[in-house]
Amino acid sequence: MLNYIAKRLAMAVPTLLIVITVSFFLMRVAPGGPFDGERQLPPEIEANLMAAYHLDEPLWMQYLRYMGNLVQGDFGPSFKYKDFSVTELIMQGFPVSLELGALAIALALLLGIPMGVMAALRRNSALDYSLMGVALGGIAVPNFVIAPLMALFFGVILGWLPVGGWNGGALPNLVLPVIALAIQQIAYIARMMRASMIEVLGSHFIRTARAKGLSEREVILRHALRPAMLPVLSYLGPAIAGIITGSVVIEQIFGLPGIGRYFVQGALNRDYTLVMGTVVFYGVLIVLMNLIVDLLYSLFDPQIRYDDD
Amino acid sequence: MTTFKLRGPVAALLLCLPFAASAATLDIGIQGEPSSLDAAGVNGAVLDNDVLGDLYEGLVTLGPEGDYRPGVARDWSVSDDGLVWTFELRDNARWSDGEAVTAEDFVLAFQRVLDPATASVYANLLYPIRGGAAINAGEAAPESLGVRADGEHRLVIELAHPTPWLPTLMAHIVASPVPAHLLREYGSDWTDLDHIATNGAFTPHSWTSHDHLAAVKNPWFHAADGVALDGVNYYPVEDLNSGLARFQSGELEIMRDFDANRLAWLRDHLGDAVHLHNQLATYYYALNSRPGHPTDDPRVREALNLALDRDIIANKVLSGAVTATDALVPAGTSGYTSQTMPGLDADRQARLARARTLLAAAGYGADNPLRLALRYNARDDHRRIAVAIAAMWRPLGIEVAMVNAEASVHYAALAEGDFDVARASWVADFDDASNFLGILTSDSAKNYGDYDSAEFDALMAESASERDPEARQALLEQAERVALGDYALAPIFSDAARNLVSPTVEGWADNAINRHLSRWISLDAAP
Repeated sequence: MLNYIAKRLAMAVPTLLIVITVSFFLMRVAPGGPFDGERQLPPEIEANLMAAYHLDEPLWMQYLRYMGNLVQGDFGPSFKYKDFSVTELIMQGFPVSLELGALAIALALLLGIPMGVMAALRRNSALDYSLMGVALGGIAVPNFVIAPLMALFFGVILGWLPVGGWNGGALPNLVLPVIALAIQQIAYIARMMRASMIEVLGSHFIRTARAKGLSEREVILRHALRPAMLPVLSYLGPAIAGIITGSVVIEQIFGLPGIGRYFVQGALNRDYTLVMGTVVFYGVLIVLMNLIVDLLYSLFDPQIRYDDD
Repeated sequence: MTTFKLRGPVAALLLCLPFAASAATLDIGIQGEPSSLDAAGVNGAVLDNDVLGDLYEGLVTLGPEGDYRPGVARDWSVSDDGLVWTFELRDNARWSDGEAVTAEDFVLAFQRVLDPATASVYANLLYPIRGGAAINAGEAAPESLGVRADGEHRLVIELAHPTPWLPTLMAHIVASPVPAHLLREYGSDWTDLDHIATNGAFTPHSWTSHDHLAAVKNPWFHAADGVALDGVNYYPVEDLNSGLARFQSGELEIMRDFDANRLAWLRDHLGDAVHLHNQLATYYYALNSRPGHPTDDPRVREALNLALDRDIIANKVLSGAVTATDALVPAGTSGYTSQTMPGLDADRQARLARARTLLAAAGYGADNPLRLALRYNARDDHRRIAVAIAAMWRPLGIEVAMVNAEASVHYAALAEGDFDVARASWVADFDDASNFLGILTSDSAKNYGDYDSAEFDALMAESASERDPEARQALLEQAERVALGDYALAPIFSDAARNLVSPTVEGWADNAINRHLSRWISLDAAP
């Protein structure tokens, strides 16, 4: 097991190196620079800025400088937010994004799995159709449409919940963003759970379980649920990626100080170091998450074992 | 025993404090995240002015109406040749840590802004000071700057050339003082919240990047008695719809922008909370006069200007949220009479007829249509204006290819001259016509169209050294007439400052430079 983890982590290094290198050069190839704005700078001021951020050096030298600093854990200064280093920004933003994302995943599982199971058990009933209809709606409507509508209805019209802001992570401020972030995942998980549950319920071992005279409740909970959840589990990797990309939009709409917001603002401002910092951070995060999901898989599927060989 | 007696009232007072503080704290939505708490690190955007204008006070400051009035300087005088300004500093100006604000704090601040190592984006505002431009270009030492402290409370500024509008420059945030005692102790880390001190009405207390910056009243501020608010929270809101929703739900008392396209709806639903006020800002199309572009030909530039129907853009496309203009310097600029572009008073048919003649003379017609690349930065209002303008040019047989890009790409293309016609705008840094006309001098980086007129440059240079205000005004007006007569650009409208202000806010006054210091604002306890 440990051997497997070490192997996977070693394989992640070249992956991350490619991600970093490609992003570094793509960012520089993109037209427009960090100091291009409505107020064109006099040449001498632009020269001062370029020198201050080493942008006057050849690109390969900037790349080596960046990699050298990165190895030492230094993401460099933000070009735009001068009072913060990129590391400080990420350290400030990550807990926000993490809380948001973890709650959204938890909500998606808590709602998605029972919805799918219920729909599967009452296949082709009114309940099934309405649950799956709602799920289809959740998939079809993008979160940048849902989020402002929810803010309008629950925040402005009903006045029940704050429309935006973090407020130190207070519960009322979390409700709308978490739901908006989770809706699509709830829908995916519910549909996936329904399909796999139907398949499992038709398999031989379930027939055997029923033949042994177990109650329906026992059949579902003890025998069917675990294997039926395998596809959902393997979907967790993409789901986390989906939550991360979704948080980019949601954090912007609700004005939350998470990493997704830094990423968008950084990209728009051509804040090279900030964008690189978030890309590296996301890269590491996704590699780790995929590893964790694969390890979890072995807990649920007896056929998979990461034995040392 | 006495301590026990005190505990009751003290505890009661402490219990009341959080409530009292929240009752008089202003929540304001600003247009984005502030780039720094150091005035040398900001770029002069509206949001930087909002925050740093509250935290620092320059030699000169702003009244509620955006009027210039004494700040740290209580008085000033200028030498007969207009080159030496002497500012007398008030002796009760204090940093928020209680230290006195001295002339040295300004000397150090100005040297620091101009030091190339600081890489201050707005350093050029201080170029009028003797040695400023050379220092910023790395050709002279910062200590050689023409600013010196004559004792603790007198600051002497020597200029490279007479600059009668110096007091308005001194109200700009880039001319804020720095606490020399902190700079010496902490270097560039002096803005850390653990030890920062500011000399304005408020001082920063906590800052979560992209969430909010909280500032509290500065008890040492020399006019603290007149400051009603206990604190200000600045919330960066990039998304205008979110800003509107947060304003509507009462989370924000002021939102510093709204979507002009929704003006009618906003007026219906929010009534008096919608504030629209003419601003010193001009929205124009840059016309590229570099060789090889059709707009290099003055006849083409004139034709393009003649065919524009500015009233339709201002009143129909933008539903009256702005004012049509054919001049670069907006109406309302102090000490200036608005100019007009020649030939635009004829009716539209006559203008179109003349435009056709001009284009034909320039060699364009049905067999050789004029093709233009029009650039704008991707935003809904810019797109709608571009579509309307292309439609206005179509009767002349002009084929417009539209190119839109995000802001940083757009402005990079403008700087490189990669366009025929391009959207641009200029918002005043300070209330003076030279601030607008300066974007057309041949050596200006903001001269996107590369307009190059020896006559215009000469008039601008002459105006810069003219000390008689009336003579200077005449020279500036003449310069603008030259540029408008050359059809150097296509002015379209004077922009408006757009704000949402809750009825609970008192002391807010719309003004042409759209600057509002929170020290003048109070909150009505019972909305």
